[in-house]
Amino acid sequence: MSLSSRHLLGLYGVPKEDIQLILDTATTFREVLERPIKKVPTLQGKTIVNLFYENSTRTRISFELAQKRLSADTVNFSTSTSSAKKGESFKDTVRNIEAMKVDMIVVRHQSAGVPYFLTRISKANIINAGDGLHEHPTQALLDMYSIREKFGTLKGLNVCIVGDIAHSRVAMSNIFGLKTMGANVSVCGPSTMIPFGIEDLGVKVCKNIDEAIKNNDVLNVLRIQLERDAGSRIPSVREYHNFFGITSERLEKNNKNILILHPGPINRGVELSSEVADGPYQIILDQVTNGVAVRMAVLYLLGTMN
Amino acid sequence: MDIKAKIVDEEGLRRTITRLAHEIIEKNKGSKNIVLIGMRTRGEFIAERIKNKIKEIDNYEPPFGVLDVTLYRDDFRTRLKQPEVSVTNITFDINEKDVILIDDVLYTGRTARAALDAIMDLGRPNTIQLCVLVDRGHREMPIKADFVGKNIPTSINEEIKVKLKEIDGEDSIYLVNAPNNKE
Repeated sequence: MSLSSRHLLGLYGVPKEDIQLILDTATTFREVLERPIKKVPTLQGKTIVNLFYENSTRTRISFELAQKRLSADTVNFSTSTSSAKKGESFKDTVRNIEAMKVDMIVVRHQSAGVPYFLTRISKANIINAGDGLHEHPTQALLDMYSIREKFGTLKGLNVCIVGDIAHSRVAMSNIFGLKTMGANVSVCGPSTMIPFGIEDLGVKVCKNIDEAIKNNDVLNVLRIQLERDAGSRIPSVREYHNFFGITSERLEKNNKNILILHPGPINRGVELSSEVADGPYQIILDQVTNGVAVRMAVLYLLGTMN
Repeated sequence: MDIKAKIVDEEGLRRTITRLAHEIIEKNKGSKNIVLIGMRTRGEFIAERIKNKIKEIDNYEPPFGVLDVTLYRDDFRTRLKQPEVSVTNITFDINEKDVILIDDVLYTGRTARAALDAIMDLGRPNTIQLCVLVDRGHREMPIKADFVGKNIPTSINEEIKVKLKEIDGEDSIYLVNAPNNKE
């Protein structure tokens, strides 16, 4: 069985079988990560370029580790150290990289649609590592993997995405992926951070965090993206924390069995209190480990496709 | 399945597995230092049966694990179908152990080669010994089995189908006419 597309641009419209295959394949790689030698020769001879036009720590390291553990040759590109600084266009940069005979491109860009554009100018397999406010499919896949690891299934689970939905590509990919896998998805946050018409995606909107905690099995808590102008949508981060911050008192009062996810980096004391961020409800570091396994699965499935 | 001949029946398979268990114990002067690793899919069940037999004979149950070699294969680019990977499950230490690697059919030797790579990534065993239910010839690698259930010389247009109760509902080995797809 193989994926139905040779690129991973987002989770919108991706069939359930594909998501299932990626998550199942990730289980194999999770085992590889526990071995003394965490490396397999599967993608030997493949060259992968990590094209990062936007800052990233964990996604880039996670992809790079996944590639190295599959024995692929990797090249990293970041705008701060490249000719993009000299004014070279994106298309020219990619054409040049393409001429160096690469097999796969992992791309992160501040503009939505760049990965799709890449599929038109490159023959390589394209993986979206986050494009603007559009999608971040591997993050959603690792979230789904982590949830499935805890509950055994995604079907019928109540998952609430909390925080700055309007600025979040993680939220978008999570909504598409979780809905496809049969979860009940809701969003919770200040009205200014809930995009107009989000109900059309089959998502419920909840305005009260205590209710969200009470009615859900999982909270996927997003970062307040102050660098993306999120600050103008709330009076202050302190007020945000008072109304929507997850604290252990809130969790203990409303739902002691809830699972907390966070894609990182955490603004401690804003989305999560430090106690919750380090406490027993969260699986934030499991998510990071699972991220490598899920990315290995995606690279494997795309890289070995004929 | 275009059957040419049924080579081994249920009783024959049981006897073959008993003999293999005896040979493994004899060669290793007992079973205390051995670990059994079955290769997915059918090798897993053969290994489990050998493990039970060793326990019967030697009153000791050697550790038993399952190996998936998909990630170590050398034919990704030439295969038409993408191979499905499954989990390797080896929870014990293989350092300084005598690893008995168990598979159903030995053919080109490429799967055994991949398995050797996979095992070396898990540790440094004392020895690795290969045990197969059927050796059908046509090797493409300098690999020879230490324990062979049946030597069945085949033509390149034939295939060996091992059927096991655990997955196929019957215990038998067939010689069949096959399309030219190398496993």
